[in-house]
Parts: sequence; C-alpha cells; structure tokens
Amino acid sequence: MDRSIPYAVYLRLWGDGYLMNKKLTFLNGCKMGIPIGLGYFAVAFSLGISAKNAGLTALEAGFASLLLNASAGEYALFTLIASGAGYIEVAIMELVANARYLLMSCALSQKLSPETKLPQRLMIGIAVTDEMFGASIARHDKVSHWYYFGMMAVAMPCWSLGTAMGVAVGSILPALAVSALSVSLYGMFLAVIVPEARRNLIVLGVVLVSFAASFLSTVIPFIKDIPNGTMIIILTVVISAVAALLFPIKDEEGECND
Amino acid sequence: MTKAMIYILVAFVVTYAIRVLPLTLIRKPIKSRFIRSFLYYVPYVTLAVMTFPAVIEATGSVWSGLAAFAIGLITAWISGNLFVVALSSCAAVVVVELAIKYLL
Repeated sequence: MDRSIPYAVYLRLWGDGYLMNKKLTFLNGCKMGIPIGLGYFAVAFSLGISAKNAGLTALEAGFASLLLNASAGEYALFTLIASGAGYIEVAIMELVANARYLLMSCALSQKLSPETKLPQRLMIGIAVTDEMFGASIARHDKVSHWYYFGMMAVAMPCWSLGTAMGVAVGSILPALAVSALSVSLYGMFLAVIVPEARRNLIVLGVVLVSFAASFLSTVIPFIKDIPNGTMIIILTVVISAVAALLFPIKDEEGECND
Repeated sequence: MTKAMIYILVAFVVTYAIRVLPLTLIRKPIKSRFIRSFLYYVPYVTLAVMTFPAVIEATGSVWSGLAAFAIGLITAWISGNLFVVALSSCAAVVVVELAIKYLL
C-alpha cells in the first residue's frame, strides 16, 4: 500500500482493495473459502445422511443445501420432512432455527463496504452463514462484496456437493471418520472467537461467560427442555446486550468510520 | 414438483427473508453506541454458545469431544488460522477415539 497517504484516507478510497483490484479481492475471498469449503464438505456429508433418512434424493438434498446454506435449519427441515410435518410447521421451525442469522445480518450490514449495491446485497443474503460471517468479522477493514462472492464461489459448491454425496455414499463412511469430521465446524468457530478474545480481555470474559451459560442451559431442569435454536438466540441477545451496557465499545472497534 | 421440493422452497423463503432484510434495509452505519456495541459482541457470543457444549456431544465419545475442544482452543490461541484449527480438532478426535478403542 501507498504509505504516503494516511491509512484512514487509504481505507476510504480503496477499502478492502475495493476499487483498486476487484479480481484480487475476489481471489482473496476464494482463498478464504477453501478452509471453509473443506469444513462444509465434512459437515454437509453428515447432513446428507439425515437427508437420506428423510427420503430425499441426492439431487433434492444438494438443491436444499444450495438454497439454504444452514446446518441447523437444514437438519430441522430434514427431520420435519421425515416426520411428515406441515408446511406451516416447517416455516415456523426455520424461523426459529435460523433467527440468529437475523442478528448476524445486522452485524454484517455494518461490516460490508457502504458502497455495496442492492443486487450485491441480495446475492450475499443467500449465504450469510456462521463461517462466512465469521471470516468477514475476522477482517480488520470493511468487507467488499467481491471478497464475499469469492468465499461463496468456493464454499457453496462444497456444501451442496457434500450434502448430495452424503445421501449417495454417506452410509459407507466409517464411524470414526464421521466423528472426526463433525468437529471441524466447531474448530472453525473457535478460530474466529479465540484470537479476538486473546486481543481483548472483555471479549475473553464475554466468551467465558457464554461457554458457562450455554453449558448451564443444558443441565438446569426445565431450561434444558427449551429447543437448542431458541436457546442460542436467548443467550446471544441477553449476553450481548448486558456486555454492550457494561462495556460499550470505543469507536474503532465498531468499525464505523463515518 | 415433488413434495420434498415444496418443503425446501418453503424453508428457503423464510431463511432468505431472515438474512436479506437486515442486509438490504440497514444501509448506513448505525449511530447508536449501544446497538453498535451489541452488534460487536453478537458474533463472539453466538459462536461461543453454539460451540460449547455442543462440540462435546458431536463425536463418538465425550472424551474425544473434550479433546477436540481443548486442542481447538490451544491452536486457535497460538495460530488463529481457520484451517489449522479445524484440522487439529479433527486429528484430536481420531487420536483419542483410536486410543480408547485400542489402548483402554
């Protein structure tokens, strides 16, 4: 980068390499999409096994993954299809299982470059996922839609093909491999939260409280009966709101240089 | 169109609306310091809540899940690379489950 101009001005003009080099930004996104895609493939594979149990064909399951890009939401969908639920039930369940994406999209709306146009936002909206959201948040500057498209171009086919292959050949994979593959997703989550917790003591505290609260919510009577998707939303809203009240961020952390 | 396809389309409409409405409606940087602070904490809280204790129940045994969690925390603290952390967690599961099977 050109050191002769102040960094703030540089960001303002070029953001994440935005105007300077679309192709490079797209390729950077693709690069980020590789580890995400590998993790997706593994998780989608085990998801495909539950799609098969619900009676879906490989093509239908792959199509579902292409459109939905949501592990919990798809798992809920396949379970409901298997149990012969109605369409209204499916709609309500998806609302609950995916409500956390509402919060993520709000946060992502602040992280995307403000120049991002409507059609580009409509495309990004297909794939606001835990991992691509996490990868965007992990960046220090604003995120260009080309970067996001790059991640989508690599990660989405992995997710979709993984699900289809899970339907086709999932049952022949050894139990040990399924077991190992199913933690890759959590490893990626840790890779997003831990580095920030290391840099920022307040985030470290918030993360530890979140771990503890989440654990307690699975053992306390009555509370443990609340469906998992709902519990994630409740804990996210309560803990984040309390943290925001007690420890409001300084301006640079909010990434809002307006 | 098969019945499964109708189910999938219903799920898609709901899921897409949830994701795309905030992205398209919130175009300007948010001014409120509370909301900005809230949105700053949301990703870390929600990812932490989703990870633990779910990771412990994801594998064939509690011990391999715990190992994946511990190794994930350590490698994320040291390297922070998504791919390295994810692979190390997977490797931890393989090692612990093989150890349980053949050594204990």
